[in-house]
Amino acid sequence: MSFDFLQDKDRIFTNLYGFQSPELKAAQARGDWDKTKALIQEGPDWVIEQVKASGLRGRGGAGFPTGVKWGFMPKQPNPERPSYLVINADESEPGSCKDREILRHDPHKLLEGALIAGFAMRARAAYIYIRGEYIREAQALQRAIDEAYDKKLLGKNAAKTGYDFDVYMHRGAGAYICGEETAMLESLEGKKGQPRLKPPFPAGAGLYGHPTTVNNVESIAVVPTILRRGAEWFSSFGRENNHGTKLFQISGHVERPCVVEEAMSIPFRDLIEKHCGGITGGWDNLLAVIPGGSSVPLVPASEIMDAPMDFDGLRDLKSGLGTAAVIVMDKSTDIVRAISRISYFYKHESCGQCTPCREGTGWMWRVMERLVTGQAEISEIDTLHDVTKEVEGHTICALGDAAAWPIQGLIRHFRPELERRIEERKSAMKVAAE
Amino acid sequence: MPKLTVDGIEVEVPQGATVLQACEAAGKEIPRFCYHERLSIAGNCRMCLVEVKPGPPKPQASCALPAADGQEVFTESDMTKKAREGVMEFLLINHPLDCPICDQGGECDLQDQALMYGRGTSRYDENKRAVTEKYMGPIIKTVMTRCIHCTRCVRFAEEVAGVEEIGAVGRGENMQITTYLEKTTTSELSGNVIDLCPVGALTSKPYAFRSRPWETVKTNAIDVMDALGSNVVYHARGPQILRVNPRVNDDVNEEWVSDKGRYGPLGLMKRRLDKPYVRQNGKLRAASWEEAFAAIKAGLSGLSGEQIGAIAGDLVDVESMAALKDLVTALGSSRHECRQDGAKIGGEVASPRGGYLFNTGIAPLETADVVLLVGANVRWEAPLVNTRLRKAVRKGGAKVFAIGPEIDLTYAADWIGEELSTLSKLPKAALEALKKAERPAIIVGQGALSRADGAAVLAAAEALANDIGAISGEWNGFNILHTAAARVGGLDLGFTTPGGIEALAGEAAAGKLKALFLHGADELDPVPFKDLFTIYIGHHGDRGVGHADVILPAASFAEKNGTWVNMEGRVQHSFRAVYPPGDAREDWAILRALSDVLGKTLPYDTYEELRDRIAKDWPHLAVPGLSAPSWSALGISGAGAIGADPLRYPIGDYYLTNPVARASEVMQECAEVILRDEHRVLEAAE
Repeated sequence: MSFDFLQDKDRIFTNLYGFQSPELKAAQARGDWDKTKALIQEGPDWVIEQVKASGLRGRGGAGFPTGVKWGFMPKQPNPERPSYLVINADESEPGSCKDREILRHDPHKLLEGALIAGFAMRARAAYIYIRGEYIREAQALQRAIDEAYDKKLLGKNAAKTGYDFDVYMHRGAGAYICGEETAMLESLEGKKGQPRLKPPFPAGAGLYGHPTTVNNVESIAVVPTILRRGAEWFSSFGRENNHGTKLFQISGHVERPCVVEEAMSIPFRDLIEKHCGGITGGWDNLLAVIPGGSSVPLVPASEIMDAPMDFDGLRDLKSGLGTAAVIVMDKSTDIVRAISRISYFYKHESCGQCTPCREGTGWMWRVMERLVTGQAEISEIDTLHDVTKEVEGHTICALGDAAAWPIQGLIRHFRPELERRIEERKSAMKVAAE
Repeated sequence: MPKLTVDGIEVEVPQGATVLQACEAAGKEIPRFCYHERLSIAGNCRMCLVEVKPGPPKPQASCALPAADGQEVFTESDMTKKAREGVMEFLLINHPLDCPICDQGGECDLQDQALMYGRGTSRYDENKRAVTEKYMGPIIKTVMTRCIHCTRCVRFAEEVAGVEEIGAVGRGENMQITTYLEKTTTSELSGNVIDLCPVGALTSKPYAFRSRPWETVKTNAIDVMDALGSNVVYHARGPQILRVNPRVNDDVNEEWVSDKGRYGPLGLMKRRLDKPYVRQNGKLRAASWEEAFAAIKAGLSGLSGEQIGAIAGDLVDVESMAALKDLVTALGSSRHECRQDGAKIGGEVASPRGGYLFNTGIAPLETADVVLLVGANVRWEAPLVNTRLRKAVRKGGAKVFAIGPEIDLTYAADWIGEELSTLSKLPKAALEALKKAERPAIIVGQGALSRADGAAVLAAAEALANDIGAISGEWNGFNILHTAAARVGGLDLGFTTPGGIEALAGEAAAGKLKALFLHGADELDPVPFKDLFTIYIGHHGDRGVGHADVILPAASFAEKNGTWVNMEGRVQHSFRAVYPPGDAREDWAILRALSDVLGKTLPYDTYEELRDRIAKDWPHLAVPGLSAPSWSALGISGAGAIGADPLRYPIGDYYLTNPVARASEVMQECAEVILRDEHRVLEAAE
């Protein structure tokens, strides 16, 4: 194998598995909060430049360059309209479980990142919106915040940098949609979690109408290490335009499901062989993979095996890296049932604000349920595909797309299976009638 | 001023305009459900999607997208067409196909747009969603299965009406629009959600299953339930007004109407006077017009001039009052009075017109920056003035100070005192704010003026207005808030007598006043006048007829052409929607016929001649609209000191302020359910 696996010395999340204490002292021993003041003294523009140069792309799913996003924030904030950093810890995407490990085992990486990122975008405070079901994680995070305040790493003159910065944790109440950035802002403001229309974008009018940037936990937590080790170091991993290290979360039919930090662009086969002990029943038993969490289209075994796991590589397969929540399905999987279950999830989590998603997710799910047993007509497959196209791109937020894509992936790659079920049921009915 | 092209047509739109507005400027119709000009943008129905370049390769919601220079918009492209068809399909899959039994049929946005932009066939084989009805009170009927979740009603309640009572619960396809805990909406404007609802989810309960929109005769009219002069349309079939809808008039009511304006007129079919009556041996009996006139002639014989009085009510048109004034003048009397509540305005108190008008104007009130309410429950006395004030507070950041018992006005007000004497010694903060304001407005309610010390209040208000510089060339912040539709017209006609109602009562007690015409006057204490020979001219058998000796049935406001002058002095014409019932006749015709019997024939034989006669003496009443503002010092007479009596608002029961509203079953139920929280026990009755 030609791939250079990530070496232990290059790992950012050195306590990913919780073998050491998450507390401040242990975190500092691992290098957190080290010379934070020096990093800050380089100035906000330097931080943004470094993050841009590192090639860090947002780890929440969309993969928007993080440094560019920070650059949208006002350079001279109006004191009456302070800027905010909102950190999205509402990790609810089925398959995703990376932020959770950071929150409970390495929370100080996130807090230090919050200070530096907040400083870079001239934010007054950071709000960490944590998923409601993450009870222990919320406790761990709150403990870390308290520790940091105790040691004056946050608050007035945070980490002796002369910069005032507060970090607040806010717990969600269990709605998937609140992971959408503008719905998260609504929820933080105490309103019903429904996405806002864009424009205006949060950088112009976000939380309480003030300039706001919403970033994923992982995007923020890697920033201090990038600054300390240099943008070149970070960009030395991965292919062009897909740099850095990434937390992969492999679940499903592999021998050892795990969360692991690896270099971007690692081939799928290497990722599974090295860290997961291979596919259950061997590589011939692989059916399909959902490479980026439930909202991206699945990729059949033949296409994924040697594909590089990065934004562009998976986009070329008409799928996406998403949050790098790799869901592996072997041939024992009822693939139609699996996608139907995902459909149900999106139907259940649709906020109901805009028409295509509110009405379309229920329709798609109901057709999917019938396709599971083949209780449909062949023509309905095309109708279903057309319905997904009517939802996709017509909604306020990306949840409509997320609901449509898995079904599109299924039809694209497993249409024969859908047709087989329909034909089989028809002939069975015929036999029964005779 | 961004320049963009819509289907190749170049348009220039003002900064801040949306793509949807640009499309309209280019003459392209964009289908929409959630978008409404007077509400905030929600962008949730997705019906207005259009293809826009440059931009992402997907259609954009034109209602929310700002128009930008160099944009190319395609409203007829395949992408746009497909998006519309898709959204329409989604809206229809869970919408019941019950158009034949839906009250919205024929005026349904969904019906119209499905025809224009829909696909024509359905591909949906699953079961449709059913949603339980929600109770929203006596006015709004709900069929929530039809709801398309546009949230217009939610936004109206929150933004315009100022009651956060309608909202959405649940999410996804289980989202439901409801009032909080299914309580009655307490807004005086709740009926407007019926007009706003683009489908048949919220319809009019009293109008349910009554008619189709194409069956009714529509007549433009003026609402007389308050003094705002809302522009409305009466929908009538045969002799009956079936419903009242607002007409757009940005200067007056925008496109809203109060619940009383909407459902009060339904009382026109109840408790009507449809034939003349005369009192014989203490009892009223039906009579012919000849008998009634003969009885009046007998009753008035031997009476001279000032022994005859006339009181005009709150719903009377200018023409009728002019005719009555002409008749009593011909009989030699000047004892005519239109200020039933004894308000100390106009006439002998302060004759300049500015002294009894809402001088700022209703629409300009939105731009006021500091407002002082003096004994004015604006929410009940003029709900649509209240929405303007609310807009001034919400959008313009206006500050409101108020004198009077504290009430919920739907916006924040600083209650600076319950006693009217506060007016002449305002707290420093209020006085300074008013002085600093560029466009201050003082609004004096009838509750502060219809007291013994009303003239003193008026004088104090004028002094304050001058003190804070509220009256300048362009801006006049001195306002009287009226509750009676006829009042300004009556004051314009000089339908007043020195001393007002109290003087008349005094003369009646002293035996100087012997006969009295009550012209639709039901809101006064009848006791002082009970022994007088009373002629009641009007349309409802309400309080005024209790002591009447002769009753002459007249046409109501909906049954005649007439002119009303609203509180800002706007002259508006209303047209006949239906004919008066039975033997009832138009007021002026009754007075003209009576004048003949009394030998004092009035010099007009047609309505047009009467209008000409009014135009001669009061030329401004012949010209619709606002006349040029004029202001001169009021020269108030009889102003003493402001007394210490507790201030009381004139309206005790919003829904039952006049005979017609009192006869309206809907208004009665509203009063019970909303104001007194007495729910009719329907189950027990069934």
